[in-house]
Amino acid sequence: METVTSSGTATEGTLRRFLHGLPGVDQVGAEARAATLASRSVKAEAKRQLIDLAISCIDLTTLEGADTPGKVRGLCAKGKRPDPADESCPKVAAICIYGDLVPVAVEELRGSGINVAAVATAFPSGRASLQVKLQDTRDAVAAGADEIDMVIDRGAFLSGRYAQVLDEVRQVKAACGSAHLKVILETGELATLDNVRRASWLAMLGGADFIKTSTGKISPAATLPVALVMLEAVRDFHAATGRRIGFKPAGGIRTAKDAVKHFVLVHETCGDDWLDPGYYRLGASSLLNDLLLQRQRMATGRYSGRDYVTVD
Amino acid sequence: MRFEYAPAPESTAVVDVAPSYGLFVDGAFVDPVDGEPFKTVNPATEEVLSEVVAGGPADVDRAVRAARRAYDEVWSRLPGRERGKYLFRIARILQERARELAVLETLDNGKPIRESRDVDVPLAAAHFFYHAGWADKLAYAGFGPDPRPYGVAGQVIPWNFPLLMLAWKVAPALACGNTVVLKPAETTPLTALLFAEICQQADLPPGVVNIVTGAGGTGRSLVEHDGVDKVAFTGSTEVGKAIARSVAGTGKRASLELGGKAANVVFDDAPIDQAVEGIVNGIFFNQGHVCCAGSRLLLQESVAEEVLAALKRRLGTLRLGDPLDKNTDIGAINSPAQLARIRELSDIGEAEGAQRWSPACELPERGYWFPPTLFTGVSQAHRIAREEVFGPVLSVLTFRTPAEAVEKANNTPYGLSAGVWTEKGSRILWMADKLAAGVVWANTFNRFDPTSPFGGYKESGWGREGGRHGLEAYLHG
Repeated sequence: METVTSSGTATEGTLRRFLHGLPGVDQVGAEARAATLASRSVKAEAKRQLIDLAISCIDLTTLEGADTPGKVRGLCAKGKRPDPADESCPKVAAICIYGDLVPVAVEELRGSGINVAAVATAFPSGRASLQVKLQDTRDAVAAGADEIDMVIDRGAFLSGRYAQVLDEVRQVKAACGSAHLKVILETGELATLDNVRRASWLAMLGGADFIKTSTGKISPAATLPVALVMLEAVRDFHAATGRRIGFKPAGGIRTAKDAVKHFVLVHETCGDDWLDPGYYRLGASSLLNDLLLQRQRMATGRYSGRDYVTVD
Repeated sequence: MRFEYAPAPESTAVVDVAPSYGLFVDGAFVDPVDGEPFKTVNPATEEVLSEVVAGGPADVDRAVRAARRAYDEVWSRLPGRERGKYLFRIARILQERARELAVLETLDNGKPIRESRDVDVPLAAAHFFYHAGWADKLAYAGFGPDPRPYGVAGQVIPWNFPLLMLAWKVAPALACGNTVVLKPAETTPLTALLFAEICQQADLPPGVVNIVTGAGGTGRSLVEHDGVDKVAFTGSTEVGKAIARSVAGTGKRASLELGGKAANVVFDDAPIDQAVEGIVNGIFFNQGHVCCAGSRLLLQESVAEEVLAALKRRLGTLRLGDPLDKNTDIGAINSPAQLARIRELSDIGEAEGAQRWSPACELPERGYWFPPTLFTGVSQAHRIAREEVFGPVLSVLTFRTPAEAVEKANNTPYGLSAGVWTEKGSRILWMADKLAAGVVWANTFNRFDPTSPFGGYKESGWGREGGRHGLEAYLHG
């Protein structure tokens, strides 16, 4: 790994040998492990803790072509005060939107401590020239985005052009300036867990601050086996380099129960240092309301209906 | 954030443990003739659960006679299809009462509820379902057009998987038309007694299944009884040898499933994360109380350090404690005698110069506990690498070449199972061919299925259980 991390100009061959030299992932075994961890029983105080943590780790997201400033303002209001009836409810970590709406979110979130995350680099397909991707990134950063969610070029990855992927991540990272970079692997298109592991390493070598499973536009998205393999990569990268990379599962996490399963994976794979919005995010839109309903239930002992949470 | 699982204990309200039990003979619970009462305890708390009977020779005789009568008058005359119906019914009741069985198994045995709930009980039901399917198809099993049962099967099972071993023994015996007298282990009789109740619930004809609880003496009476046509035993090699001697020349058939000291071989191209899980599952599943446990880890030298580091990190996340807690990974050692044996062999390991390691692990104050333990620097000459510990103790050895791995793996008096971890398919096949073991798992460990025959080479036993091969133990052409 030395040769790969220290040299800025890794050759295609060196990279391939390195990535293919990573331990393989046995899919059956990974799925079995994820299933075992998903059967952990999280109740009472432990559940309460994780529900609040989940809320504070959410990148509350809207990524629709139909998004309007009004929609984004509504989302920001919800992010700042998820449960209007309960001041003790934590706020979310970030609002995740398309780049052109960054100014709206920046204004709306000023002083709230909530970050603005923008998807960039020709999200969600990533099929544009590097110049366009970099400009997309610079625009979002210039408009005030604190975090950039980029997509890798899956076509380049699957055809084995690893150096190209690495180079793009590096250049986007440079274009981010002080903004944090989350690299989306779109694992649903990578097909194998071996690819997920390799892409994770590639993104981390390229300077990712976070690695992220999915755009949310492709299914399957953040499955537990994929999350497990990416967390293992994060854990191993930390052991090898001392650098702590964050992880963001996104897409398909809709219930508090799902979120808890993901946290169990983190707790038993990477350890509790990652149970922190600084190193863990949940990309979600509908998850928040289920967390709020669960939270209300734990406070009152009763389930309330969906009209007791807001729909922004 | 520091995260801890809140306690998640399974409720014991689903189980109704009687203060005392008789023997199950001829379809009814009966008082012993010459048996003596003894207590069965919860190994996790040392609390007495119930009082059961150690059946005496007269009790065994009564049970064998009942089994003979049921065989002659009812069971051997039933068409296979009818026997199959009973087995299907039992299988369904096992599923319906799964939670009750799992909780009771955990109370009596000390194993985590996660395992009794997710492994023992579903597999026990699966064995009944599978053999129910065979009951009317025995003519197609490959033992001739009209294979016949032996008659009365005397079955002696161990304490590590009480209900599952019962299923492994009773389901094929009944499917093939035999009747049984079963002796569960003295420390874990309760699920067998609950199974007796299930036989009643299923309206199984009286005498087809008889259960005589007790210890070694009861087992000996059963094995040596003239009325027994077929002996089936799972347990220690030492007792297995004694049984082999006792049945020699009697005309009784015997199948023996005995000890093991399995090699779990990890090559340098293995899927490391899954291999670590497989190593953990191989030796710490059921506290290592598994005859096919992967108790000798053979690591290729080039990855030994990396795998060992990953393994130690992983052991740090194992949760030991209340077996009824749904998040417990490692439960209690089944008995003080077994705990003493594990301690003794571990001490010997240290005295012989191997390095002992356990994760920081708090043991409960009451009950019988032993932390997950690794021995590194082990050589084939160490007793810890030769003898079956039957506990959560892993010996780690290294090798340099595939040939050396095979040589070391096979260099044991046992041959029940082995594991191979490599991404190279051709090497898996090559290893499977060379390893002298009844089961070779590739990139997995401790996987069981009723369709897959299980049994040993050398001192690991005679015969197979499960699959088409397993029927042979209860049929002749």
